[in-house]
Amino acid sequence: MATYQDFIQQNEERDGVRFSWNLWPSSRLEATRLVVPVSCLFTPLKERSELPPVQYEPVLCSRANCRAVLNPIQVDFKAKIWACNFCFQRNPFPPTYHGISEVNQPAELMPQFSTIEYIVQRGPPSPLVFLYVVDTCLEEEDLQALRESLQMSLILLPPNALVGLITFGRMVQVHELSCEGIAKSYVFRGTKELNPKQIQEMLGLTKPATPGQQGRPPAPQEETSFSLPSTLRFLQPVHKVDTNLTDLLGELQRDPWPVAQGKRPLRSTGIALSIAVGLLEGTFPNTGARIMLFTGGPPSQGPGMVVGDELKTPIRSWHDIQKDNARHLKKATKYYEGLATRAAENGHSIDIYACALDQTGLLEMKCCSNLTGGHIVMGDSFNTSLFKQTFQRVFSKENGEFRMAFGGTLEVKTSRELKVSGTIGPCVSLHTKGPCVSEIEMGIGGTTQWKVCSLTPSTTLALYFEIMNQHNAPIPQGGRGAIQFVTQYQHASMQRRIRVTTVARSWADAQSQIQHIESSFDQEASAVLMARLGVFKAESEEGPDVLRWLDRQLIRLFMFHLRRSPFLQVFNNSPDESSYYRHHFVRQDLTQSLIMIQPILYSYSFYGPPEPVLLDSSSILPDRILLMDTFFQLVIYHGETIAQWRKAGYQDMPEYENFKQLLQAPLDDALEILRLRFPMPRYIDTEHGGSQARFLLSKVNPSQTHNNLYAWGQESGAPILTDDVSLQVFMDHLKKLAVSSSA
Amino acid sequence: MSQQGYVATPPYSQAQLGMGGHPGGFGGPPSQPVYGHYGGPPQPFPIPPGGTQHGILGIHKGPVSAPSAMPQPPASSHYGSSVQQNGSYTQGFPPPPAASSSFGQVPQSPYQNIAPQATPSTHQLTNQISNMQISGYGQGPMPTPQSPSRSAPQQPFHSAPPHLMAQTPTAPGPQSPSMGSPLPLGGPPPMGGMMPAPMGGPAFHQLQGQGTPQGYPQPPAAGPYGGQLAGPQPGFPGSFPGGAAQMAGPPQKKLDPDSIPSTTQVIEDDQAKRGGQIYATNLRGQIPPLVTSNFTVQDQGNASPRFMRCTTYTFPCTSDLAKQCQVPLGTVIKPFATIPKNETPLYVVNHGETGPIRCNRCKAYMCPFMQFIDGGRRFQCAFCSCINEVPVFYFQHLDHMGRRMDLYERPELSLGSYEFIATLDYCKNNKPPNPPAYIFMIDVSYTNIKSGLVKLLCEELKTLLEKLPREEGVESSAVRVGFVTYNKILHFYNVKSALAQPQMMVVSDVAEMFVPLQDGFLVNYQESRAVIHNLLDQIPDMFADTNESETVFAPIIQAGVEAFKAAECSGKLFIFHSSIPTAEAPGKLKNRDDRKLFNTEKEKTLFQPLKGVYEQLCKDCVAQGCCVDLFLFPSQYLDLATMGDVPTHTGGSVYKYSNFQAEVDGTHFLNDLRKDVEKPIGFDAIMRVRTSTGFRATDFFGAIHMNNTTDVEMAAVDCDNALTVEFKHDDTLNEETGAFIQCALLYTTVGGQRRLRVHNLSLNCSSQLSELYKSCETDTLINFFAKSAYRAMLNQPLKNIREILVNQTAHMLACYRKNCASPSAASQLILPDAMKVFPVYMNSLMKTPAMVGSPEISTDERVLQRLCVMAMGVEETQVLLYPCLIPLQNMDVSSSVLPGAVRCSEERLSDNGMFLLENGRLLFLWLGQACPSELIQSLFNVPSFAHLPEELNSLPELDNPQSKKVHAIISAISERRTNRMKLLIVKQKDRPEILFRQHLVEDKGLHGGASYMDFLCYVHREVRQLLT
Repeated sequence: MATYQDFIQQNEERDGVRFSWNLWPSSRLEATRLVVPVSCLFTPLKERSELPPVQYEPVLCSRANCRAVLNPIQVDFKAKIWACNFCFQRNPFPPTYHGISEVNQPAELMPQFSTIEYIVQRGPPSPLVFLYVVDTCLEEEDLQALRESLQMSLILLPPNALVGLITFGRMVQVHELSCEGIAKSYVFRGTKELNPKQIQEMLGLTKPATPGQQGRPPAPQEETSFSLPSTLRFLQPVHKVDTNLTDLLGELQRDPWPVAQGKRPLRSTGIALSIAVGLLEGTFPNTGARIMLFTGGPPSQGPGMVVGDELKTPIRSWHDIQKDNARHLKKATKYYEGLATRAAENGHSIDIYACALDQTGLLEMKCCSNLTGGHIVMGDSFNTSLFKQTFQRVFSKENGEFRMAFGGTLEVKTSRELKVSGTIGPCVSLHTKGPCVSEIEMGIGGTTQWKVCSLTPSTTLALYFEIMNQHNAPIPQGGRGAIQFVTQYQHASMQRRIRVTTVARSWADAQSQIQHIESSFDQEASAVLMARLGVFKAESEEGPDVLRWLDRQLIRLFMFHLRRSPFLQVFNNSPDESSYYRHHFVRQDLTQSLIMIQPILYSYSFYGPPEPVLLDSSSILPDRILLMDTFFQLVIYHGETIAQWRKAGYQDMPEYENFKQLLQAPLDDALEILRLRFPMPRYIDTEHGGSQARFLLSKVNPSQTHNNLYAWGQESGAPILTDDVSLQVFMDHLKKLAVSSSA
Repeated sequence: MSQQGYVATPPYSQAQLGMGGHPGGFGGPPSQPVYGHYGGPPQPFPIPPGGTQHGILGIHKGPVSAPSAMPQPPASSHYGSSVQQNGSYTQGFPPPPAASSSFGQVPQSPYQNIAPQATPSTHQLTNQISNMQISGYGQGPMPTPQSPSRSAPQQPFHSAPPHLMAQTPTAPGPQSPSMGSPLPLGGPPPMGGMMPAPMGGPAFHQLQGQGTPQGYPQPPAAGPYGGQLAGPQPGFPGSFPGGAAQMAGPPQKKLDPDSIPSTTQVIEDDQAKRGGQIYATNLRGQIPPLVTSNFTVQDQGNASPRFMRCTTYTFPCTSDLAKQCQVPLGTVIKPFATIPKNETPLYVVNHGETGPIRCNRCKAYMCPFMQFIDGGRRFQCAFCSCINEVPVFYFQHLDHMGRRMDLYERPELSLGSYEFIATLDYCKNNKPPNPPAYIFMIDVSYTNIKSGLVKLLCEELKTLLEKLPREEGVESSAVRVGFVTYNKILHFYNVKSALAQPQMMVVSDVAEMFVPLQDGFLVNYQESRAVIHNLLDQIPDMFADTNESETVFAPIIQAGVEAFKAAECSGKLFIFHSSIPTAEAPGKLKNRDDRKLFNTEKEKTLFQPLKGVYEQLCKDCVAQGCCVDLFLFPSQYLDLATMGDVPTHTGGSVYKYSNFQAEVDGTHFLNDLRKDVEKPIGFDAIMRVRTSTGFRATDFFGAIHMNNTTDVEMAAVDCDNALTVEFKHDDTLNEETGAFIQCALLYTTVGGQRRLRVHNLSLNCSSQLSELYKSCETDTLINFFAKSAYRAMLNQPLKNIREILVNQTAHMLACYRKNCASPSAASQLILPDAMKVFPVYMNSLMKTPAMVGSPEISTDERVLQRLCVMAMGVEETQVLLYPCLIPLQNMDVSSSVLPGAVRCSEERLSDNGMFLLENGRLLFLWLGQACPSELIQSLFNVPSFAHLPEELNSLPELDNPQSKKVHAIISAISERRTNRMKLLIVKQKDRPEILFRQHLVEDKGLHGGASYMDFLCYVHREVRQLLT
């Protein structure tokens, strides 16, 4: 048997699953003692090029409340029956499987297809919908950049996708794309909340035979001034309207309402979103759709407003929030949650592209994306490559297909000894009660089904399980527990697909086999899983409590960084930034998550190939180039000497070709990271003493500070001016605690 | 002047007859019953003439006896003398009863006696009304006394009535009470008591029952009479109940209809006397020429009559006197009246940063009435007598007369009307106003598209917008324009000049209206011309195949208000609307047109606007200075009472084109629209009428809004808007000082300047009622009565209003008779000279469609008239109530003068004639059946009357003198009217003639209402009742 390392890696490759424990403690009591719960990170759409989808429907367990999908376990080929490994129901094979035998198995029975994807044909393929919701209260320069990005995006959209445009400022305009001649839009007041029915009525989307219309017979022609079917007025296939829409975007004006001195522009983000949600709700329910919100500032009027229009009242800070001074926070959050829930219920996701120097209210609006699986991208301006490239990357293609999927539902089935406690990730509960729902909730629980409105191949959910088996009813030796993940989604090619992943792990008695269990521990996965729990708690609870909880739970090296990370620490981050960081943390896969927790530091020097170095101030040396990847930032730091050389222009001299190469190496690596990373990290090229160097300095372990510089007495490294404790101090303290607690 | 004509008339000669009957008549019934009867619920005055007749009946009796001595030549001469007579009536008119016998002559002598003391103005009209009626009625087209032969054939009629009478008792209950009252009347007057009590009653009934327009019972006259009646008026059913009975009466002579006061005559006389002259306003209490006369005004310290006209130019000194005479004290103010080119436009005065100089206490503005004292250092306010310091910069020495040396350099010291530049204190939020904006809101529902209106309108706007009103001497108009189309949702248009294409913004949130854009909605036409034209080209196509038939209404006005609010300006909405707004939205209306309510207590509800949304809308509009002009193109009822509410409270106008078809009514509509758009106008106006001590303005009638009792708010005032103000006494007035009125209007010009327009007027005061009567102005009086009656319609049954009107008329006349006229036979109706045609106007007012419920006139039409009249000036009410009837058959092609008008009566028409009739709103061309073919040929290019097509919609412009002349006449008439009139061509005996006939106001109303003559009789009777 290969090492657990290999096993874990192999499993991750094949199924996109990483468990915290790869042997499961066989009783509930033991499981609790292990502190880190049995849990896993699951990447539903993990890219698997070697996995061709099959073109038929999955075979389901016939028990009504089970409906598990046929998988490689426990099949009796002779009797042509299979026993469900979740409910033990014995099911006959359907007639189409009559030729089945050991040598002639359908794909789902082959062990290597523990993850299998079905393409199902149900109903007509529904189109993808992209609804742009664009803030017009922008500086001209920003607006211009945004216009261009939007126009560019039309080329990237699948030609048969439907596209729509809503612009907002003081008012909200829903643009009709079908009309010829005069550009036409429906306008809504930015302050008045409308229910979905009203919105649809006002857009003329209700069925023609609305009450109050006399003359039933000619009813279908009711809206004859608009010759197209009413639903299509606002959402048109890209190929039909791209020129029209390009012009429309080109003519997009800044919000024409004057903004008085000392005022913020009035931004009706709340209403704009509600209309977008309402429009899709009425026209394309349960169809993959993205509402893409581009905003350049905080919502400042109407429901969902985050800050008033007086510039003299600044937007809420953590300080205000802690002091309960954020007037609009609760109301706005509630409002956006309501919207997000509605969108999620209809399978629509909301992306937020917020570009402004100040906060834009992501804290309040984050749920829109978090619940619907939408993206959040935060930048300083639409006129930055960060935004432009990130936005472009949303539409990136792999083998000619979009790296996005829509309207997913994830269902988890567990064998009896297990129950599912909940999940943490970009999803909402579908409130499906079932036998495998645990009473203990971790993350979003109380259900076996979740809706993930938008998925990318890297979208990763954390799932937490509870061992139900009582200590006094041992599981027979060699028994295996099984978990099945059923993900139904709309593929970018508009097909509906079902991906089924079935995993099984052995039970182990914690008392007798503690070493085995120990060795099956997946440190990285556990770290991320626990961190997610931490973030989830941080979102819902007060900050210090979470840290304390975390401290109590477990102590590892990365915890030092996690404690210092923006996911738990709000110091030096605006509420929006925290929301942004957390948003990404709870959806990225394990590798990315680890980077977020503990940034990676590479060192480039003449002394050898690039090497990862400790994230410590002692790594900052004058003759090195450092490349730090924190996921959100990519910092290239030139040591003092290198910087001087560079300034002197050595790299341009033919005799210092190697220096040129040295300078180039981190750039190439950074480009490699930039190429794949979504969202685009902030790219920082700095040097010793540069103001941007703070990004690096704030991350490294402050092993040398102004306090101990002389005591340390070494020449290498750079002192960090901070009062934060260094890892050494932290560890010392921990040791003391560990000893005292055990005593 | 004219009065002689009729003073001389028959009454005198007939008096003797009356004599006999009279005394009895008078003494008999107590006056009260009479009243009761008149006002009595059962018989509303006009409905069927019945009620009226009754009264008349009574009156008659007295006069009946009067022989037809009417055509008395001596009259004129005698009158001439009488002219001077006045006041001293005390001496009694012709010696009491006795005198009457010899009336014909008698009057002269008394008059002469009187003459010395009397002033000329009084006009006594002693008439044997019965005679008059008889004559008036009986006469066919010819004014000459009727031929006896005629009477004979009529006899049958007389006989008929008795039968009717017999039937009458079955008449509906309500009437019965009334019957009682007439009886006494009837009883006594008939000489010899010939008329049995029952007679009156039945007569009345019968009339009612038949609903005949004219049945006024002419008892005594019966014999001769009936015949006459029957003669000219075919429709006249022999309703002469009393007639038969009275036959026994002395033979009657016929009365010349010309003998009753003639409006056309009065107009002609005034034109002859004062037309073409300069009227200098230098004297206090000076009576201006009639509105119909051509004159030039020279402002010499009092406002031109074009701006202000008073019901009387001499106010009674005490409230007791005022009460006694019942002449309303009022003034009709048309603050923006158009000034003819040959008169000086208003001067604009700038008093600098401190703003106009005003009295510290009452805030009256500096005006010629202020008295400078203390060597010019202080001035005493003419209105409140407060003594104010003269600001240093304004100081000026006084001359030996105590007048300021700079009197003639300062308009505010020497003129009656002028303007001040207003300072920021007079502006909203202390910010200078923005220039106003015009928003065109076009209903693009099915009806308007189909009728071709939208296309027509869009086409027209392209040229019309070039002619937006602009400030004097400015190149282009500062008025901005915006466009909205709507059906049950609204479409706003962004027509910013920078755009290549207009942009449409749809707002479907009609429940809570807002404006979707600011920048680009209201634009300068010149700058955005290309985009606007593009838009106007596209609108008809965009909605060409619409099926939407529902509309909203209140939200579009709301949208306008919001737009002005957002743009911080005032302005005007031009709404082109087709149907009753039934779409789900605020202000949704439903059909509440219930004809069953006509002539009931609840009839008033038809005129009342619905409250709620529209009420609030009025307030919003006025607060923002948003005037609403409503152009309606209905095919059925649309609750004009409610829809017209906002326009009429914001100084706007309502135009209605029923069953509009672009080809037929297009020109008329466009003419109206052009005039409306180009009108000089002021916005966001607030007006205050200040008076000198002793009286004050108590009531205001007009297209206005009032938040408190003193400030008149108008979203806009244009050159046609007039409001009528009523004054009441607080205290006694001083004959020496007189009475002053200052009307100050704060408004925003079309160029966006804030200005104050001040009109000052000084009046005389007198403790002599005769002075008051002398300086009455009938046209203004009738304007006052029309407005107060039309306003009362909202709260009272029409019957009551008519009753009040008649009562007040009678009171005014009775008071005159009692206090100012020389004693005369009770049988004589005596009218003050200045009010001699007042009854014909009053009668006409009571016959207006608004006041007469008839199934043939739609509720909306009545409402429209009501609304229009509320904003009318004196000129408009005058011609509305006494239309101008111009004979064309004998026009002098070579002359440039308009042919003289003739009296508005059917008998003036002739089969071989052709007439133009205009009342300021409609213009008829009436063609007699025997109209000369040559004339037809030259006007219509068809050989003869018979060849005229069924539907005649327009008058072709042909190249011949007749045609040119007619067109010239028409355009000359239209020129002086506020509305462009639609030309209706009516052929004699054709169905549409009914419409035309309604306007012959001296005749019996088609839908009820007495003839002029009947009305005089009735009033006379009332007067007599009052006098006893």
